[in-house]
Amino acid sequence: MRIAVLAGGRTPERDVSLRSGHRVLGALHELGHDAWLVDPAEAPLVESLAEHAPDLCYLTLHGKEGEDGTVQRLLDVLGVPYTGTAPFDCELAFDKLLAKDALARAGVPTPVWAAVEGWALRDLGAGSALGKTIERVGLPCVVKPARSGSALGVGFVEREVDLSPAVMAALSFSGAALIEARVEGSEVAVGFVGAPLEALPIVEIVPKEGAYDYRARYTAGVTEYFAPARVSPEVADRCTAEAKRATEALGLRDVTRVDVMVDRSGSPWVLEVNVAPGMTDTSLLPMAAHAAGLSLADLCDRVLNAALQRISAP
Amino acid sequence: MAEFSIDRFVDLYAHRASGMSASEVRALFAVASRPEVVSLAGGMPYVEAIPAGHVDEVVRDTLRENAASAFQYAAGQGSLALRDRLVSLMAEEDVDADPEDVVVTTGAQQALDLIGKIFIDPNDEIAVEAPAYVGALSAFGVYEPRYLTIELDDEGMVVDKLHEALVRGARPTFVYTVPNFANPAGVTMSLERRRQLVALCREASIPIVEDNPYGLLRFDGEPLPCLWSLDPENVIYVGTVSKVFSPGVRVGWALAPPSVVQRLVLAKEAADLCGSSFTMLVTERYFADDRWRENLRALVDVYRGRRDVMLESLEEHFPGDAVWTRPAGGFYVWATLPEYVDSQAMLAAAVERRVAYVPGTAFYPDGRGKDRMRLAFCYPTEERIREGIARLGALLEDEEELYRSLGGR
Repeated sequence: MRIAVLAGGRTPERDVSLRSGHRVLGALHELGHDAWLVDPAEAPLVESLAEHAPDLCYLTLHGKEGEDGTVQRLLDVLGVPYTGTAPFDCELAFDKLLAKDALARAGVPTPVWAAVEGWALRDLGAGSALGKTIERVGLPCVVKPARSGSALGVGFVEREVDLSPAVMAALSFSGAALIEARVEGSEVAVGFVGAPLEALPIVEIVPKEGAYDYRARYTAGVTEYFAPARVSPEVADRCTAEAKRATEALGLRDVTRVDVMVDRSGSPWVLEVNVAPGMTDTSLLPMAAHAAGLSLADLCDRVLNAALQRISAP
Repeated sequence: MAEFSIDRFVDLYAHRASGMSASEVRALFAVASRPEVVSLAGGMPYVEAIPAGHVDEVVRDTLRENAASAFQYAAGQGSLALRDRLVSLMAEEDVDADPEDVVVTTGAQQALDLIGKIFIDPNDEIAVEAPAYVGALSAFGVYEPRYLTIELDDEGMVVDKLHEALVRGARPTFVYTVPNFANPAGVTMSLERRRQLVALCREASIPIVEDNPYGLLRFDGEPLPCLWSLDPENVIYVGTVSKVFSPGVRVGWALAPPSVVQRLVLAKEAADLCGSSFTMLVTERYFADDRWRENLRALVDVYRGRRDVMLESLEEHFPGDAVWTRPAGGFYVWATLPEYVDSQAMLAAAVERRVAYVPGTAFYPDGRGKDRMRLAFCYPTEERIREGIARLGALLEDEEELYRSLGGR
């Protein structure tokens, strides 16, 4: 097959995306495909696709534009099939405020949260309601940009006075922020691949010091990973089941990763989902695949087959 | 149940490698280097100001006349001919050096690394001005020092603060400073402070590392004597041709007392045997006749114009409660913003608006500098500088509005 791997882009996750894209490219070559990399920030995407006419686009763009449905909508217009989730569901999954509502509606356990919109602060005087968010969410809490990835702009808040600076920092990355209760326990990730989505073994994330932030994610050796996770089979099953419900609630397809906290009593709390999970050498999904005995090429092959099934369906 | 190891050597790395890690700021710079972004971040010299024909001629002559030696190993210390040229270059700032006391390095950066290598044991204390050149902090940081940070003001390092620390019992291994047009602060150490620093360090037998990349890029005012000239026996001077010719040739040097030079040469040979013969010969030839002076004058005129435009634009667009330095030379303006600004987090929003700078935290070894930023005027055109500062000003206005809306006064 002729496959364009989309990677790079103009978001702060550009570097991560390029690393993912190059690894996927290698795997597709290994599978015998005629694959090449397209960086929308280097060459106009529409021209490039018109010139090289791929049969399919493999999406490894991270962050805004790549995961929020923008590229997917464009590819729909161009009639070029692609891997992964449809535009509306991308938008839903990528925006943490929308995703949290969708998860809660579907009865998926997710930590209590409050929304802070930049415009509401500026025009509606929402700042004076910030104290109420603490009442609702409690301390410690986590402040995240609503639309961003790779833990960029995420702040951990222990004291109330640190909330405003954390909100300002998060709003630097996105027009809105999410204030979420911090669940103490183990951080795990549940990967899914195929059509229908099949769960991979759970990966447990243990940062050697501090939080699983940008540095801990992308510096080899700074975080320890256990795959499968060191949890009881019952807890693992509950995690997988809730993560699966999250993928259904958000309409995800082909490949995804669900980030979950397991609290001290063993109950899972779904934090967020990823439409284009990282495929770098320190990323969680390839680790989960490895634990299942799948190589990166096997993993990419399953993603492709899931997407192809859709194309060939009437 | 298997522990998944993504780096099989993780337990083998030296302790000094523990600080080498991925960072958010690096991630943002990956986007900031794109052409649509006005980058006030990097300190890239405007090498385009040097006539291409001149460089072309120098390179051709080098190849024609030195073909064999240009592709052979060189002396670890650097050739005497090149050291002679570098001594003449230093003489422009009234430094009266002996070529025997010069060791040529791969950029001034290697000189800093070698100084760290021969002086710093883990946990040794070194004194650095704060804010300090980030590259010096990374070069020294590898040798795991503790830092004694000495504040800067408009007259450079506040030497009284160093004095106080010494009285309290501090004995730093050396004192590091960029006295002329400091990176990032843009300030220049006054003559009085120079004398005070040199006297204090001589008295306490603490060597001074004087890093002087920008000395010849003075836009106005009279040059001041280098620290080295005030006390050649106690100052290790670091120079470079990066800012007056080309950073691409990677030619820098250290000028130091003979015992230090001897160790620097051995350390240099252990690190890379010798510099690039080819670019060292090119550099020697570039400074062989007087045309470089004309090129430098042109370069200084360009930088002066860009500095003026940056200062004008800052007046026009930055909030009333921000302050910034007014450099008399060099590459950088250092801005201090209202205390609620987190320049590191704000960089994401800045890049979104197509402008970049370096957040202040990069220049402190202790996490300070959140409300500071370094603005480089060396590379973008005057028009781009105006545009960049206007974009930043608008962003700062929005930050203030956001801060007030969150209950800040």
